[in-house]
Amino acid sequence: MALETYINAVCRISDHTIIKNGETVFSNPNDDLSAFLISSYKHLNINYPKFYKMDNLSKLGFLASEVLLQHSFKAEEYLPQDIGIVLANANASLDTDIKYFETVKDIPGPSLFVYTLPNIVIGEISIRNNFKGENAFFVFERFDTNFIETYIRNLLDSDVLNACICGWVEVLENEHKAVLFLIETNMTNGSIFFTKENINKYIANG
Amino acid sequence: MQSPVLIAGLGIISAIGNNTSENITALENGIAGMGDIIYLNSIHRQKIPVAEVKMSNEELAGRSGLSSQISRTALLGTIAAEEAFNDSGIRGLANTRIGFVSANTVGGMDKTEQFFSEFLTNPQKGRLRDVVHHECGSITEIIAEKLGISNFVTTISTACSSSANAIIYAARLIKNNILDAVVAGGADALTKFTLNGFNTLMILDSDACKPFDENRKGLNLGEGAAYVVLVSGSLIAKLKKDPYCKLSGYCNANDAFHQTASSPEGEGSFLAMQGALKNSGLNPRDIDYINLHGTGTQNNDISEGIAIKRLFGPVYPKMSSTKSFTGHTLGASGSVEAVLSALSVKHGMVYPNLRFDTPMQGLPFAPETKFSKNEPIEHVLSNSFGFGGNCSSLIFSKN
Amino acid sequence: MDKLINDLKVQIIAQLNLQDIKPEDIADDQPLFIEGLGLDSIDALELIVLLQQQYKIKLSNPSDGPKVFYSVKTMAEYITANQS
Repeated sequence: MALETYINAVCRISDHTIIKNGETVFSNPNDDLSAFLISSYKHLNINYPKFYKMDNLSKLGFLASEVLLQHSFKAEEYLPQDIGIVLANANASLDTDIKYFETVKDIPGPSLFVYTLPNIVIGEISIRNNFKGENAFFVFERFDTNFIETYIRNLLDSDVLNACICGWVEVLENEHKAVLFLIETNMTNGSIFFTKENINKYIANG
Repeated sequence: MQSPVLIAGLGIISAIGNNTSENITALENGIAGMGDIIYLNSIHRQKIPVAEVKMSNEELAGRSGLSSQISRTALLGTIAAEEAFNDSGIRGLANTRIGFVSANTVGGMDKTEQFFSEFLTNPQKGRLRDVVHHECGSITEIIAEKLGISNFVTTISTACSSSANAIIYAARLIKNNILDAVVAGGADALTKFTLNGFNTLMILDSDACKPFDENRKGLNLGEGAAYVVLVSGSLIAKLKKDPYCKLSGYCNANDAFHQTASSPEGEGSFLAMQGALKNSGLNPRDIDYINLHGTGTQNNDISEGIAIKRLFGPVYPKMSSTKSFTGHTLGASGSVEAVLSALSVKHGMVYPNLRFDTPMQGLPFAPETKFSKNEPIEHVLSNSFGFGGNCSSLIFSKN
Repeated sequence: MDKLINDLKVQIIAQLNLQDIKPEDIADDQPLFIEGLGLDSIDALELIVLLQQQYKIKLSNPSDGPKVFYSVKTMAEYITANQS
């Protein structure tokens, strides 16, 4: 049954700035990416020491999800297997692949190797929030609005999921961009319709 | 009413054979593909067994019609995808919307690490064109171009469940009438990157692996590629051929426990298998054979075993891990095992779980140790569980 | 032994990215896994790398891990016993 679907929150992290639903939450323009991610974590007062072990791709995705979900998502209204995650990027885990490969010269680093797969960021968000629903990671040259809208809508319409975090998470050296959407079928105060036009408004560069 | 999803074509290249019939012959005769490293230039030669495809890059290039300078992943993928596409009979069919969904985890890493070692000694050395096809998406495009598919081409990268997820995604495209046919699967070549990485995680067996055995010591890395051609109900009617089987159900779930280890109660596996059964409208007792993920690691096998106990107990279907033949082909493993599962339905084949001696403690079942065919196989369940907690199960059924 | 224990605490913090923890936060006898620092299986592998890189000791049998890595003190004792 086709249900109305809504974007109930958006979080964008790019240019060392975290923006939720159009409002700046935190900005630290002078840092390199690693320093920015850690200063964001500290500013947001997230108490989750496992954060420090993540690679930059997972740190970025994790932070974006924390900001996305805070005050916007009631996990207790769902079963764990009804909440899923669909992400995409262009470079998969290349940033960490390079860092891991450098350790192979001496002794290969196990904790770095763990992150040489782009879907580990999905694993981190799932572990943190106990999300057990369907999850997928796609590799595209650029964000494919048509694809994401059709795919997520289908998952919700066919009852595979009742809520979904979807979007783009990309890191390569200091280049970074995360845009995450919270998609649900219930309407809330800040809801906007889940349409290609609305997605594009937030994905656009700038 | 959504279209059923039928399997019209298969293609596979692995350590036990360079095409479908060679793979079947090896499975029937108990000939495993793991052994000493032959083709990969690695310091672990003579120390760690792997399951390589028994062809050099030059030989693969000759067979695929591509340059031998192209990544081994793309060479393997092209050979398997071409076999499947030709087998299906849809090649050249007019007015048919065809897509290509491919998965891999290493991309063109084999060429990149070659470049890197030259580059390290001297920044002037190393051919840049070796790294041009490094990323996963690039490999997909090379294969798609060879197949002549351009409209709908997608890449999935979710570790060891990647190619199972490619098949799930492809099935949805057909059910939703977006495409009439999809070539779906994956490829991964053995690389130093993965060999060193898995070695550092200490989950490799220094002998041939023993999946689901109490004394298992780890997995053997493999390489290969496999694709299925999924088609709609109306297209199979047009093709006037019998499909191998139908894809009757599937499900993907997240274990939400650890980045690389599976939860002790096998929750992710349980949810994926249970969800696939629900999706297909079947009960656990309808399953005749489970093609296990069965890597041979301490952790995966007990976690998967407990999930099976929870879901199927007290009556268990036959089961085995064909990774005891092919090794763990990572991004290709979901589709390698999908091909073997489809053949199981078609020919009533049950594959043995090689080198099995001792049942795992706490599990009231053991895998099959002998090959059989012409068994009454109606429904086969195939499991693929990946790092990042990504768990997928597919169900193949007689049409 | 004291200097080794202190060095180890600094090295463990660096190797495992325990950025919110200082050496004085880790007691010599404190269990590193499960409770205490709550380390996991990947951390155990990193400690094996630490032994190799800093002390040239190879722990090839992962099942010795729980004994050796029980606490900073047991690590120090193992290093002292196995360094040539």
